[in-house]
Amino acid sequence: MRHLLDTRTLSRADALNILDVAEDMADTQLREVKKLPTLRGKTVVNLFFEDSTRTRISFEAAAKRLSADVINFSAKGSSVSKGESLKDTAQTLAAIGADAVVIRHGASGAPHTLAASGWIDAGILNAGDGTHEHPTQALLDAFTMRRRIHGAGASRGRDLDGVHVVIVGDILHSRVARSNVWLLASLGAQVTLVAPPTLLPVGIEGWPATVSYDLDVVLAENPDVVMMLRIQGERMHDAFFPNSREYSRRWGLDDERLARLTGDSIVMHPGPMNRGLEISSGAADSPRSTVLEQVSSGVSVRMAALYLLLSGEREDQR
Amino acid sequence: MSARIVLQQADISRALTRIAHEILESNRGAGDLVLLGIPTRGVYLAARLAALLEEFSGQEVPVGSLDITMYRDDLGRIPTRSPRPTSIPAGGIDGKTVILADDVLYSGRTIRAALDALGDIGRPRAVRLATLVDRGHRELPIRPDFVGKNLPSSKSERINVELVEIDGEDRVTIGETL
Repeated sequence: MRHLLDTRTLSRADALNILDVAEDMADTQLREVKKLPTLRGKTVVNLFFEDSTRTRISFEAAAKRLSADVINFSAKGSSVSKGESLKDTAQTLAAIGADAVVIRHGASGAPHTLAASGWIDAGILNAGDGTHEHPTQALLDAFTMRRRIHGAGASRGRDLDGVHVVIVGDILHSRVARSNVWLLASLGAQVTLVAPPTLLPVGIEGWPATVSYDLDVVLAENPDVVMMLRIQGERMHDAFFPNSREYSRRWGLDDERLARLTGDSIVMHPGPMNRGLEISSGAADSPRSTVLEQVSSGVSVRMAALYLLLSGEREDQR
Repeated sequence: MSARIVLQQADISRALTRIAHEILESNRGAGDLVLLGIPTRGVYLAARLAALLEEFSGQEVPVGSLDITMYRDDLGRIPTRSPRPTSIPAGGIDGKTVILADDVLYSGRTIRAALDALGDIGRPRAVRLATLVDRGHRELPIRPDFVGKNLPSSKSERINVELVEIDGEDRVTIGETL
């Protein structure tokens, strides 16, 4: 693999390979010495044009566990706030000798631009671009589902065939939802999106998912996975729903809806959570919740992605 | 390419039987032994040795596998490899005598990587090396403690170990590379 830009063009074989390598990475994280010497001498730059805590520290932890050197670059307080272009920033990083660039950008497609531009030779990892994709989040979600459904020791090589996943909330702005839809479809899962009509994007008919406006009807189908998305306050500039109480009542996972879940259904949330809005504290802290597992899966999956991008002879250099 | 058979099934099983006896002799029994195979074929050799050790000593010997992919020194020079699972027996390796099992000992770089990997898992009392074939051409100061067969070879030759568990039959062949 040269770059990890999206899950839409990620092949099923590559996706399973990342998840399987992540299993091995997860095993090493149970050891006394968690650090591996694998990427010694490689430099990973975290290039964050948008605020992020968990994704950035997760990538940082992953790179450090593999012995890579990590440089954190956030747009705030940097030359970008003085008006530097993406091209100049990229060329600067190339001159510093970055082997991989983890980029989060407010503009959809910024990582693709970086990968296709020739400004920098490094491997590019998309850590979230605008309302486009967030591939490592989808991969860590799939990794977490696979471990809960098949068991940690028996997950290798397995897909998510026939698993029913419900994604609830702001689909319109969510890159997490998009990445999950594409990845889950290629892994064989059946996806249902639930949201108020105002929070569904135009053109959703073409997605490999079914759409519903009624959470209670969908929950009655006994889904295996209920994934709640964060209501992104920073993107709620228009009146997408009357008020947060109404949203919470119709599309939030409250204690009463949680009680209706049966079997081994799990509750997921990419974080950070708005407790009391899209998810109740009872649901977030219940045994069905995988919120913290998702965080530790994130480190394993990102270790796998960095390993697959940065190790190995490059085909174009042979 | 003409491949010549150097070890038949009976030779391999005799060599492993002898190695098992040598391990018991040098360790004075099967106490505190842990066998770790290096994937792919070392894992099966370790399992066979463990069975033999148990048969001869009457004592169960913990067996596991140790993947060294993440510790290789040539990761930037070869195509990307997928790591294999590492499984360490429940008792761990601290204070134990670890016997590493591999099919062919060549440059010694795999064993160097295995020693690094072991260091991240625990602190064994001693580490020994058992290999089915030693073909020479060491590039590091590493030597085996238990050898099935010394096979002086030219660097242009290729030694191929086949085991019944994955290849369908037990044999070691030597041939010219293309």
